[in-house]
Amino acid sequence: MAKMHDTPLLDELTKGPWPSFVTDIKKAAEAGNEACADLLGQLELSYKDKEGHWKHGGIVGVLGYGGGVIGRYSDVPDLFPGVEHFHTLRVNQPASKFYKTERLREVLDIWNQRGSGMLNMHGSTGDMVLLGAFTEQLEPIFAELTQKGWDLGGSGSALRTPACCVGKARCEFACIDTQDICYSLTQEYQDEMHRPAWPYKFKFKIDGCPNCCVASLARSDCAIIGTWRDDIRIDQEAVAAYVGGEIVAHGGANGPDAKLDIKADVIDLCPTGCMFYEDGKLSINNAECTRCMHCINVMPRALRPGLDTGASILVGAKAPILEGAQMGSLIIPFIKMEEPYDEFKEFVEKMWDWWDENGKNRERIGELIQRVGLSAFITAVDLKPIPQMVKEPRSNPYIFYKEDEVEGGFERDISDYRKKHAR
Amino acid sequence: MAEFQANKITDIGPPKYDEMWPQVIKDNYGKWLYHDILEPGVLVHVSETGAKVWSLRCGATRLMTTLFLEQICKLADEYCGGFFRFTTRNNVEFIVGDESKLEPLKKALAANGALPLGGTGAGITNIVHTQGWVHCHTPAIDASGVVKAVMDELFDYFGSHKLPAQVRISLACCLNMCGAVHCSDISILGVHRKPPVIEHSHLDKMCEIPTTIAACPTAAIKPAKIDDYKSVAVNADRCMFCGNCYTMCPAMPLADAAGDGIALWVGGKVSNAKSMPMFSKLAVPFIPNEPPRWPSTVQTIKKIVEVYAGDAMKYERVGEWAQRIGWEKFFEKTGIEFSHHHIDDYRFAATTWRTSTQFKW
Repeated sequence: MAKMHDTPLLDELTKGPWPSFVTDIKKAAEAGNEACADLLGQLELSYKDKEGHWKHGGIVGVLGYGGGVIGRYSDVPDLFPGVEHFHTLRVNQPASKFYKTERLREVLDIWNQRGSGMLNMHGSTGDMVLLGAFTEQLEPIFAELTQKGWDLGGSGSALRTPACCVGKARCEFACIDTQDICYSLTQEYQDEMHRPAWPYKFKFKIDGCPNCCVASLARSDCAIIGTWRDDIRIDQEAVAAYVGGEIVAHGGANGPDAKLDIKADVIDLCPTGCMFYEDGKLSINNAECTRCMHCINVMPRALRPGLDTGASILVGAKAPILEGAQMGSLIIPFIKMEEPYDEFKEFVEKMWDWWDENGKNRERIGELIQRVGLSAFITAVDLKPIPQMVKEPRSNPYIFYKEDEVEGGFERDISDYRKKHAR
Repeated sequence: MAEFQANKITDIGPPKYDEMWPQVIKDNYGKWLYHDILEPGVLVHVSETGAKVWSLRCGATRLMTTLFLEQICKLADEYCGGFFRFTTRNNVEFIVGDESKLEPLKKALAANGALPLGGTGAGITNIVHTQGWVHCHTPAIDASGVVKAVMDELFDYFGSHKLPAQVRISLACCLNMCGAVHCSDISILGVHRKPPVIEHSHLDKMCEIPTTIAACPTAAIKPAKIDDYKSVAVNADRCMFCGNCYTMCPAMPLADAAGDGIALWVGGKVSNAKSMPMFSKLAVPFIPNEPPRWPSTVQTIKKIVEVYAGDAMKYERVGEWAQRIGWEKFFEKTGIEFSHHHIDDYRFAATTWRTSTQFKW
């Protein structure tokens, strides 16, 4: 029987309509789980102190891997021995987080047997996060997981676990095979994921379309975003049905009675003004379209992405630490993404080599690009500068010309100059 | 441990994705034509094969026990052939290919009580968040508790479609922003406001002094000898409380009950629809930690949501609305006080200053 702690503050979080993590963990504690009881006890203390009670870090892991396990120790272990060690294992999730219950139970059984029984479904990067193990359990957990066909994800200065949206499995907007790209990259780069060897972390996220449901362009060093380069497909009958109010606008996202006002909701909101509705017919000047997805989002039965699909690649997104937050910058406007993705992987490896060579300790690739310039980066990955890479050209005159770009080079003789120009 | 080292299996990667798919997903992969949201939390996707799948999206705590996951598995076994999925925003989705299962599954979810339907369309879906005091070693706030308090208050918006557009809320418990709050409609960020307190007697034993100094983005840390200890000194005037030094050096903690609290940010988005993706901007620099239910934070967020709901145009995201009306109007309408702290003074500060005579009173 686990020793239950008084948790008057946390008990306030058992009230209200939203699901309560306190209620859930308390049930597990009452069922005899000591880690759950002591986690609530320690969290109650944090609520009282308004400060956390975990020690800084802790180097633990499994033999052969440099990551996947995050060390954590309580700073009040005498009070809460059940969470004295509270290490995390990141378990690589199946792409887009579909689960077969029979397979998921393999993980749950191991975790009930050897860990705290608490998990994050899922961590911010995408892994299943097994939350709270003692050091001596780490190798057995790892061995049992791998025997069942599960593996750890990334941590530290390594490739982090790639993640993707639901993609073609259940979304009509997906322009690329997000799951397969995710799986292929994960399998190809197991060594980069499990043995940290880089300046800092590196994340891939794969979004099937520019709606970016996995936030790839804000949250990953390399965002792979599905897009197309031919014309948006139009079903004029469905357009008429939207106009006639027979089909609910926005796939019902604004309620079941939302009627589409084709002028106000579509034509006038198109950011490039490339859509026209005349004589009961919708037309799109596709050459002006920037594929923002708005029209497709609000009339999904009438409009579909084109058929010549591929991905836009944006590099360098990250949260603020250190130089400020960055979004990904468009590096490759369009690349075909077909299995085995060799062209893309070739780009990736060039990018990594350059970053590994030039990056400082704890410098994300986006920060390195910011420090040395986008031009240096695109040169390193053998790309040519094109206007699509920038929002606008520079507005300052300070161009760093290289000597070989200027006729006659930089070497000059001051006496030649003085022959023509008196001092 | 030896028995676990023999025959060690490594680098196998995750199970292949299609092993986790129900048959209807396998059969209709890449064939989906369109979807409709039938009611909040209930989607139907229609395939060119004529097949349909119904997805029931439920809010869930990100932090959960195996007991609760077992409940989810049982529901999936009974109604969904043993399959389910999670969304990127910590929702659970039960997927059925047989319409007759829909109503019984809805009833079973209602009976469960901890899996509310919603999170679709022009509403507020689950909050993406970090670990907070539950597990992290650098947090300024708790995560799960704040999320619970905010979602309780906004619960009505989770199960309805009455906002102008979707509102994505996220939470990160320190400036490392594992929750990537830099691009959300509304962001809750844990912040420190006191420079690190330095444990001079242990610093040299616990930390590498050169890497600690190099970790500071503003060069506020310098080597110092204090009481014969090799240590460091922090120039408090240059400290921006990012906590990067503590990440590198455990002898420099920042956490402090009075110093720590919440900053609120608004107007970010990651979608490319209509406007380009945007960063979140500072709305409220600091709200003290108020466990267990963070009432000031909750009420401020509610106010922002309500003002937005009443003032924005259809399909307009929070950031698009604020941009259209002007940030001066955002502060006026929400009643949030504007201060020195709202004016950027970091790397790209000047790009945010007004370089025009165009403004509103």
